[in-house]
Amino acid sequence: MHLDRRVRKSAGRMVANEPAWLRWLLIGLAFFIVGWLIVLPLVYVFWQALSGGLGLFWKNVWHDPDTRHAIWLTLTVAPLAVLLNTLFGLAAAWVITRFDFPGKPLLVTLLDLPFAVSPVVAGLCFMLLFGMQGWWGPLLRTWGIKVVFAWPGILLATMFVTLPFVARELIPLMQALGPDEELAAISLGANPWQMFWRVTLPNIRWGLLFGVIQCHARAIGEFGAVYVVSGHIAGETDTMPLRVEKLFQEYNNPGSFAVAAVLALIALGTLVLGKLVLKHLEPPEQPESEPLS
Amino acid sequence: MSINIRGVHKRFGDFHALNNINLEVPTGKLVALLGPSGSGKTTLLRIISGLETADEGSILFQDEDVTGRSVRDREVGFVFQHYALFRHMTVFENIAFGMRVRKAPNSEVQSRVKELLQLVRLEGLGQRYPAELSGGQRQRVALARALAVRPRMLLLDEPFGALDAKVRQELRSWLRKLHEEMHVTTVFVTHDQEEAFEVADQVVVLRGGQIEQVGTPTEVFDHPATPFVMDFLGNVNVFQGRLENGEMHLGPFRMDYPEYTHSHAQQATAYVRPHELELTREPASSRSLAARVIQLNPAGSVLKARVRSEDLGIELTVDVVREQADLLRLRVGDDVFVSPRNVRVFLPSDFAI
Repeated sequence: MHLDRRVRKSAGRMVANEPAWLRWLLIGLAFFIVGWLIVLPLVYVFWQALSGGLGLFWKNVWHDPDTRHAIWLTLTVAPLAVLLNTLFGLAAAWVITRFDFPGKPLLVTLLDLPFAVSPVVAGLCFMLLFGMQGWWGPLLRTWGIKVVFAWPGILLATMFVTLPFVARELIPLMQALGPDEELAAISLGANPWQMFWRVTLPNIRWGLLFGVIQCHARAIGEFGAVYVVSGHIAGETDTMPLRVEKLFQEYNNPGSFAVAAVLALIALGTLVLGKLVLKHLEPPEQPESEPLS
Repeated sequence: MSINIRGVHKRFGDFHALNNINLEVPTGKLVALLGPSGSGKTTLLRIISGLETADEGSILFQDEDVTGRSVRDREVGFVFQHYALFRHMTVFENIAFGMRVRKAPNSEVQSRVKELLQLVRLEGLGQRYPAELSGGQRQRVALARALAVRPRMLLLDEPFGALDAKVRQELRSWLRKLHEEMHVTTVFVTHDQEEAFEVADQVVVLRGGQIEQVGTPTEVFDHPATPFVMDFLGNVNVFQGRLENGEMHLGPFRMDYPEYTHSHAQQATAYVRPHELELTREPASSRSLAARVIQLNPAGSVLKARVRSEDLGIELTVDVVREQADLLRLRVGDDVFVSPRNVRVFLPSDFAI
């Protein structure tokens, strides 16, 4: 027993053979940076939001009709964008991992584009496409459809920014799973619908959920693209992040921090949820490498 | 249900995976598709199942043309190389899957799955998950799952490839027994000639997308149609020589080969299996070849001897039956004589390896 423990201890030391002071310095530095850059601002947001007491906080969040509308708008548009991106992500991951077709590498690259392009640029593109001076704007206007400066524009901008999350999560997972289980289901007489619900979905459910959570976290907080296309009209097209900024510009610090605190709270909730889901996300086992009896 | 494959071609880009395959699998037979990797055996199996489509040619089940049918409508039981069990379902639900998607009544599902669990000797493991099973057990679940929907035929892709030697041996004889009970037309793919010979009624040897030979294991083993088949079916000693007047000349050494009576000499390759060579202390005839033992390895019922002939400058492998080996009391370094009991000669015009 003693020997065993000593061996394990020395093995641990071998992994990190830097001097103790350096190790502790680096660990301390990491905590210091995370503390200053992430924890402190977050604590400050809540502290500011609640500095006038819970009553004032509630009044700032709930009794300001513009703020209330912003919360409502964000909590409807963001889930809608997540839903649409989930459907898209599933379809894209399916197509990419199960079929070979010309232009596949291009499609995979394009999927990552929203991560690379600045959201403001994306917003401007939508303005050029759907704005009154844009390509399709006047046509859509004659049909009575308003995209820019209205919720459909916000939805489009949010979708653009969060497009890759679900597909990016699913592609490696479905690649690792391989098509054999699905082919087995089909060969046993399942139709494609039965195959998806009984075989594919159960196998990818945790990865899908994690992708959805990430997508949602990003969708709720989107600022740049939405800022451009929404026109940030109070009580109409202001989302929560836009409302935070606007209240701050109006020197309404308690109001601004109250909305920011709600946003931060949703983000923290999402993070916890994501961590819980991540626990279930293990690499799929490879049956052939399992020990045999 | 017989399978009839007519003029099947398959290309993957520039690679000609199958080149004009014509094959009939008789009803109720157990047939092995045998060949090295890249020979097209798995592609052929997948084309029979409908998982893959042929570029040209047709597939008939009995008299019914199924070429255009999808895998779903062909009603074949396909067992994947790595089993492809549904990892989130219990063994019971895995086996029940085919019946569930066909909306079979639950009572029927219960009794059929129970019956199959018994058949594959996995009673009591119905509530386990695939990850909790050994490789051999998974293989049997995959088989039960394929059999559950009463398929018209059973297609197995390298069924024992991922198992260790002992389990593989057990499953082979079990599959053979199962086939005798069920009599479902079965085709399986393997690269292991021993496996093919031990299990199958009929062996189809494939090479480079073409069929080299079809026959019973005995036919194929005793009368290989081409040097490739000869070489692929296990260890073989190769002699390069000259064929003339019913004799094969290998330097100073000669072997009888009465099938070739022409007087004009021709270059040829002779093949002799290790068990078709005999070792003696004294020359058995004027045709015996002097050699020296350089290595001895006991391998089960035979002793594998490596001998070197200085006359021909080649090394040979000889399988010596145990009793014979005991009688000879062979040691490394001993001088012996080698005589072939059976020689197969392929003229260069036949085929090249």
